[in-house]
Amino acid sequence: MRLTDEEKRMRDGAEGGAVAAAMDLLIRYGEALGADRLVDTRNVAGTMTQPSPAKAQLVREGGWAKAYAVINLDSDEELDIPRMRVPTCQLQHGFSDDAAGLTAYTTQSIELQGDAESYFSERGVNILATCTPYQVGNLPVRGEHCAWMESSAVVYANSVLGARTNCEGGASTGAAALTGKIPYWGLHDPANRFATHVVRADTRVDSFQDWGMFGYFVGEVVQENRPAVIGDLGQPDLTDLKHFGAATATSGGVELYHLPGVTPEAPTLEAAFGRGAVPEPIVYGEAERRWVYETLNAQGSSTDVDFILLGCPHASLDQVAQLAYLLEGRRLADGVQLWVMTPRALRAMADRNGYTRTITRAGGHVLTDSCPAMSRAAPPGTKVFATDSAKQAHYLPAILGIEAWFGTLEECVDAALTGRWRGGLA
Amino acid sequence: MSNGDPGELVLRGRGIVPGVVEAEALVTRDPISGFGGIDVATGTIIEPRHELYGVCFTGKALVFPGAKGSSGWSGFFQSTRLLGTAPAAFVFDVITTKAVLGAIVTRIPTVVEATPAPLDVIRTGDLLRVDGDLGIVTVRKPLSP
Repeated sequence: MRLTDEEKRMRDGAEGGAVAAAMDLLIRYGEALGADRLVDTRNVAGTMTQPSPAKAQLVREGGWAKAYAVINLDSDEELDIPRMRVPTCQLQHGFSDDAAGLTAYTTQSIELQGDAESYFSERGVNILATCTPYQVGNLPVRGEHCAWMESSAVVYANSVLGARTNCEGGASTGAAALTGKIPYWGLHDPANRFATHVVRADTRVDSFQDWGMFGYFVGEVVQENRPAVIGDLGQPDLTDLKHFGAATATSGGVELYHLPGVTPEAPTLEAAFGRGAVPEPIVYGEAERRWVYETLNAQGSSTDVDFILLGCPHASLDQVAQLAYLLEGRRLADGVQLWVMTPRALRAMADRNGYTRTITRAGGHVLTDSCPAMSRAAPPGTKVFATDSAKQAHYLPAILGIEAWFGTLEECVDAALTGRWRGGLA
Repeated sequence: MSNGDPGELVLRGRGIVPGVVEAEALVTRDPISGFGGIDVATGTIIEPRHELYGVCFTGKALVFPGAKGSSGWSGFFQSTRLLGTAPAAFVFDVITTKAVLGAIVTRIPTVVEATPAPLDVIRTGDLLRVDGDLGIVTVRKPLSP
């Protein structure tokens, strides 16, 4: 890989051991990818504060500096961690104190994370604590080189915003934060951003649930490729595309899609392919829609629901407002818990608008920072959960060994009020 | 090594993480998910629809098409290294940031883009020698009973 003089100085230790370790990791990583250079970035979204058993052990051995060295820089050296060189944010992490006592998630983990927040915020990390940084002020512009992780945020940034990032990990974002560099490879190069597949919806896609199911199908059929999606599609909004992208990155590894006429790099279907030929479409019809629905609902057999999880990826203010509207003056069934996950900044707005009070009065909880999948914790005794998120329906049964139902917000609220799952495909 | 051994097959690719190891192959045609796909404490695949559901990869040479799912991929496999449940080697085809960074931070010999295609010629139970320095995978079939 060709390095600039500045990058060589960093590698050779002119800016300290941590920056040198970061550059060493970026060089190993870039060479393994087959990149021939690094690119400057001033927008890093990574994870440092999330507790884990392995991390807790490293912190006991050598504090947060050791945890950062090993996990975020892949270095066994003893390093001082300086202030982050470029703007960096913490994505979603573990539960914070608002969830204390609601699950078996330990107070020690909550305290450990609070300690990490102090350490890393002193070093310039903005604790956005959400999988949707684009909802709370980190909104990269078209063409901006970023180093983001969180697959649902990456696909949103690339596709909806036209920013340029690969799906990075904890170590590459840790190294990028200290150097302002990331390998120029993959989606940083405009030549690699054209569509490879066409998926055409022959059945109507027009609701939040529709977009999630369509995304789950698209991910399944294109895997890590770059689809252009066309057909009988309604006008999506932020929440629809948040759900769609997250689903494509769950059943597959989609990091960039094009929605001709909507997303910025695809004014037309032809433009999404550059000078390449437009291939024959893969069809999403009624049978495929039913397959997705049945796949996501194949993990439920008991209709006695005891937990409703909303806000995956973290709910928009509009989603919180819709939930509050449906719960106004109602009361959850005995033994049923309902959580909606949202960024803390949006909960402040939900508090201000009275949504939090309405949801709480009904017996629900507006929680921040995490989700049951990230924190591996649901209300004690949960056997069957329901969600409006294709991503959470896919992951949570594997992570917690519980049953899942996937449906609309209205079906989830009905289950919360009755304790029974009565959903079905319209 | 015994290049002339008729029982051996040599695959040539690109080594992306150095080191040499011999281990039994564990092969899957399904891409692997990190987050929600593996349990780091036990080194097993936990994704219900995966063909290796419930199978442990610790100490095995994991032969797979590539990574899918969350960007937590590298962090999850890094945790297997820290918890002592990691595979012994990786052999995969599809180059993604997730799988490449995952291989680096798992610190196990890794060969990618090998020819002939690993998924065509390697079977679970074969004995592999994965040479991440030279980018070579040597396959020895188990002796017939």
